[in-house]
Amino acid sequence: MSAAVSATRRQQTISAWIFLAVPVALFAVFLLLPVLMAIGLSLTDYAVIGDFEWVGLDNYARIVDDPIFWVAVRNTALYTVLYVPAGLVVSLGTALLLNRSSRVSRVFRTLFYIPVVSSTVATAAIWFWLLNPQYGLLNAVLGWFGINGPAWLYESRWAMIAIVMMSVWAGFGANMIIYLGALQGVPGELVDAARVDGAGAFRVFWHVTLPAISRATFLILTLLLIAAFQVFDQAYVLTKGGPGNSTLTLVYYIYDRGFGRLEMGYASALSFVLFLAILVFSIANARVTGRENDR
Amino acid sequence: MSTLATAPVGTPAPTPTTVSTESRPPTARAVLGRTVWTLAVVLISVTTVMPLIWTLSTSLKPEGEILSSYLQLVPENPTLANYTALFTDGPFGRYLANSAIIALGGVATNLFFGGLAGYALAKLSFRGRGVVFSLFLGSMMVPGIITMVPTFLVLRRFPLVGGNDLFGEGGAGFINSYGAVLIPFAAGPFAVFFMRQFFQALPDELGDAARIDGASEFRIFWNIYLPLARAGLAVLGVLTFQAGWNSFLWPLIALNDPEMLTVQVGLAGYVNEYQTEYGPLLAGTILASLPVLIVFIFAQRYIIENFAHSGTK
Repeated sequence: MSAAVSATRRQQTISAWIFLAVPVALFAVFLLLPVLMAIGLSLTDYAVIGDFEWVGLDNYARIVDDPIFWVAVRNTALYTVLYVPAGLVVSLGTALLLNRSSRVSRVFRTLFYIPVVSSTVATAAIWFWLLNPQYGLLNAVLGWFGINGPAWLYESRWAMIAIVMMSVWAGFGANMIIYLGALQGVPGELVDAARVDGAGAFRVFWHVTLPAISRATFLILTLLLIAAFQVFDQAYVLTKGGPGNSTLTLVYYIYDRGFGRLEMGYASALSFVLFLAILVFSIANARVTGRENDR
Repeated sequence: MSTLATAPVGTPAPTPTTVSTESRPPTARAVLGRTVWTLAVVLISVTTVMPLIWTLSTSLKPEGEILSSYLQLVPENPTLANYTALFTDGPFGRYLANSAIIALGGVATNLFFGGLAGYALAKLSFRGRGVVFSLFLGSMMVPGIITMVPTFLVLRRFPLVGGNDLFGEGGAGFINSYGAVLIPFAAGPFAVFFMRQFFQALPDELGDAARIDGASEFRIFWNIYLPLARAGLAVLGVLTFQAGWNSFLWPLIALNDPEMLTVQVGLAGYVNEYQTEYGPLLAGTILASLPVLIVFIFAQRYIIENFAHSGTK
């Protein structure tokens, strides 16, 4: 290597680290350090005020016996079980509808996407009005079909379902766009060949289209799962976890413990458990969906 | 389940038949398919757009009209009273200003530092490049919830800030200041990753030529590559603005002084389980959504296309 080249290289190395300095420092202070702190805090009874002690795995033992924790687990599981499949089906369904290159379908693409743009708080406020038992649009529409709508957010049986509906409405547009991108990559010859062989629309979809977009499905499933496990905004704004803890989600519970009651040691342990759950489900999803991708 | 929510689920079936028949002379089946398609997309559009229109219409109704004629789409006596009430009865103007500062500040820092770092990872050769890149990529997978409590403590105990001494005692640190929301997200891994992808698509030769002419690395970045990445910066800017403007949980935790609330946190306070005043709430909703909606309308083609690409790569 000539002297000039190695001088350029040294120059580039110095410049690169200067260019990277701020993001790397922020990474160290606001990601690496907090993750390590979370592990440490979860082993203490730190509560902001007063002294704190090392309590070993006591926090984790406490979680197992914490009935509210299990309520939050059940609620988050219910939300996930409803939201993930609904979010997947609606985004795929709408993408299939709009998978054609015409100006009309581009206009509808924009209209379908509009709920994504608003914040969860604004969306929640809109739905708070839509879901009003007496004056809400939803129950008015149900009334036209002779259905007597429930009190939604004020009934523990319906509150979570209402939050799921709102979340699907608010989020499907983004995943629809990902699916639209993937559908563009489905080889047209393959679809035509299958059709020539006499496959019906449903069989073409099931055996040709669906396998061809499995990478997008994997991505969307991962995004939906991670979002579902961390649902908070909607439950906070709409129901404050109620009625009767029926919409108390895990992140809500962590927020309440950590910042409502300032039990930050316990909250850290809770968040670590949630982190592990997200990790396990992400890996399981990668295994299951990933294996299909390899075929 | 409601008709609103299930409409999209039940409708996709007819598409595969309609897609391929476009160029042939219309058969009865094709006409039927087209009708069903139109009906379906119009119905879904109504469910996505109608709630916003209804919100706008309600926000323009006087107090007496909101509940009594709640199904009437056009207000009988339209008024801006709900909007003016937001500014006279509470610090809503302050909320909007706080959100604007946080969102625009986040755009500025993320574009600059994300651009610099993304450029370094894409165009400069140095040892450790792969490791740094993997760390940034990996950090995007870490859920925000795990760092929530410790990040609060780091900001609160930050030495020599907000009345703190060298050991982070005595004051509130960055808590209740713009820094609490701006600093942790000033150069997010997404910005670095996004800009790296963008710079990587640009040719190396431009920089090599300038280097021979003796230009400094920063000048090469600033004068040659950054102008070429304008489209990427625009998309990143819009996405960062939306994320900053719409963020909720972190501002809720880090800013609790009434004067420091963001518009999202302030708006959430208007939802009351027992006695919600829908007029101001929905007027606030419109104001809280307007900036991101306007940005979206101008940038929607780039945003949606960028989204489609990120999904297939």
